[in-house]
Amino acid sequence: MKKLTIALAACAVTAFTLSPLAANAATLDNVKKRGMLVCGVSTGLPGFSNPDSKNNWSGIDVDTCRAVAAAVLGDAQKVKFTPLTAKERFTALQSGEIDMLSRNTTWTHTRDTSLGINFAGVNYYDGQGFMVMKKLGVKSAKELNGASVCLQAGTTTELNLADYFREHGMKYSPITVDTSDQTIKGFEAGRCDILTSDQSQLYSLRTKLPDPNAAMVLPEIISKEPLGPVVRQGDDQWFNIVKWVLYAQINAEEMGVTSKNAEEMKSSKNPSIARLLGGDAGAKMGIGADWALQAIKQVGNYGEMFERNVGLNTPMKIARGVNALWNKGGIQYAPPVR
Amino acid sequence: MAEKEGPLTPSKPAPWNNPAVRSIAFQALAILAVGYFFYVIFQNTLTNMEKRGISTGFGFLTEPSGFGILMSLVDYSEASSYGRTFVVGLLNTLLISVLGIFFATLIGFTVGVARLSSNWLLAKIATVYIETLRNIPLLLQMFFWYFAVLAALPSPNKSIEWGGNFFLNNRGLYFPRPIFEDGSGFVGAAVVIAIAAIVLMAKWAHRRQETTGQQFHTVYVSIGILIGLPVLAYFAAGMPISLEYAALKGFNFQGGMRIIPELMALLWAISFYTAAFIAEIVRAGILAVSHGQTEAANALGLRPAPTLRLVVVPQALRVIIPPLTSQFLNLAKNSSLATAIGYPDLVAVFMGTTLNQTGQAVEIVAMTMAVYLAISLTISAFMNWYNKRKALVER
Ligand SMILES: N[C@@H](CCC(=O)N[C@@H](CS)C(=O)NCC(=O)O)C(=O)O
Repeated sequence: MKKLTIALAACAVTAFTLSPLAANAATLDNVKKRGMLVCGVSTGLPGFSNPDSKNNWSGIDVDTCRAVAAAVLGDAQKVKFTPLTAKERFTALQSGEIDMLSRNTTWTHTRDTSLGINFAGVNYYDGQGFMVMKKLGVKSAKELNGASVCLQAGTTTELNLADYFREHGMKYSPITVDTSDQTIKGFEAGRCDILTSDQSQLYSLRTKLPDPNAAMVLPEIISKEPLGPVVRQGDDQWFNIVKWVLYAQINAEEMGVTSKNAEEMKSSKNPSIARLLGGDAGAKMGIGADWALQAIKQVGNYGEMFERNVGLNTPMKIARGVNALWNKGGIQYAPPVR
Repeated sequence: MAEKEGPLTPSKPAPWNNPAVRSIAFQALAILAVGYFFYVIFQNTLTNMEKRGISTGFGFLTEPSGFGILMSLVDYSEASSYGRTFVVGLLNTLLISVLGIFFATLIGFTVGVARLSSNWLLAKIATVYIETLRNIPLLLQMFFWYFAVLAALPSPNKSIEWGGNFFLNNRGLYFPRPIFEDGSGFVGAAVVIAIAAIVLMAKWAHRRQETTGQQFHTVYVSIGILIGLPVLAYFAAGMPISLEYAALKGFNFQGGMRIIPELMALLWAISFYTAAFIAEIVRAGILAVSHGQTEAANALGLRPAPTLRLVVVPQALRVIIPPLTSQFLNLAKNSSLATAIGYPDLVAVFMGTTLNQTGQAVEIVAMTMAVYLAISLTISAFMNWYNKRKALVER
């Protein structure tokens, strides 16, 4: 882990030093030339980005990458996934190791303004929560004074936790490790009383416990964690593509376009749908006219992507909640394609 | 650069023909060129990072960190600055390095000598120890100890306890914390005086033995002084030191002092691992001393233990110290694996969390590298000095 960090840092230094122009180099051209999108994901978080035994990746963050690959290269399978810990992710993006980062990454002011990166929308609205063992008998986060807390290094989680305990005049001792695997192992071994992370990820990590039902997630949500794909600053064309592929998926759900009916809907009487699935929107971003069609046909609209990976019929069993469309009681809202 | 062949005149050569001046000039030029090279790289990096909207500079060191750290040897809270997190991480790294070097040396010497023992069982155990531990990657050993330790220890409410003072559970080993009140200074002074007295006494005993051959029970007397003097001072000053005991409150023990399991696991892993290498170095060193030396000592009537201590080891040390230095350096650098099991060393809190929260990779990685370089150079310098002292002095 340390080696990788150092390697990445070294790459960053070299990249910053030797390639004054790389910042403006077109990521799109590189991706096309390579015929492959390189996407940074987590090291393993069921529902978001998780490899199976044959190294096939799945999850909502993975699908976000696949949709971009479908839009740009016409094939959702042409993605190479690079697993990154929370600590490594931004360096990997800054140094050009990856084309985009899609790793349950929270959009914050500091990250947006001082890391040389841009957040291209939100594919999951989350908030930080706590998980405890049921046998502890804790019902609320307010009862956690003096607890040991397992969490992951280099996350917003670390900061929110400190804020929350300070605000409530409580003490804690943080056990900070590199990967979510280690956090869950520490929790399982009883090293800590609480595991804290974005709430969705708690549900995800809970599935990794030998007995998931022995643990419960407390009701409190202590922060806002808008998670979404990230790109390098300084390449507006690529920024637009990643942003609008996600918007296209959200718009598609709103208009009732799905992976099943996308092909027929192409000739829809509804001008918005026709514009989304054909039109000149792709050309304006330097990609094919069927960009959204491919993304939706191969990966699905936002709702399909959500249900398949984290929805009620998956082990994660997460309801749409705030992630429902704006006209269905949630806050997922995309600007129009026009 | 062809030199002119002239008649041999005693006149001084022109400065550019003077080899000494020339060599200095070329070296200065080389240094300048290298310096300029790094300067350009540095400037270029900064400019490029600014162009990409990445913050640069060391201003972040005064900003509040906003995150907690598991273990700190100095006062630290979320409100402390990133500069402070650097200090906390640095001290934690130094702590594990110093403790690790101490224990690794102790175990390493013991095992190394045991491997040469004429006791078959002892020698075999030492061999198995060495061959197992030095052939398993350190990171695995760290995970093993960490999770083995955690799994073996009970939860806080079922702690193993000794007399209500010491508690052991999966949150750490708790013991009473001394509270120093007015007058503790006397006790401190007594300790210093005791140490000084012991040093003087040892010198005196040594001299007496050299001149008269009489031996003196330095060890027993030393222990007596070291304990007796401070205890006397303690009572004379009106018992100024009290103890704060750890007690179970809520989830965890509060008060007292604590050694966290991360530190124990890391210390075990790193000491046992490095000790295996040190043991081999010690064995090689001892074998390098010719057997004639032992025989000569035996002929003079020295028993095995003094033979080892007075004849073999001092000579072996000359062979042992240089490779031992490398092991110490390895240990200090290996301690940076700590982050894998959550021990908050410099790499974890500074190059990990701080880097990630501020995004200032170049500055932080540079500072971290500088620290490891400084630690390594210090160890090297010390060992070189020690080596010189132990080296053969030709009389
Ligand atoms: N959203 C937060 C937290 C993200 C995060 O890294 N969460 C952990 C949850 S324990 C994770 O995803 N780990 C997966 C991994 O280690 O690869 C952030 O952006 O800082």
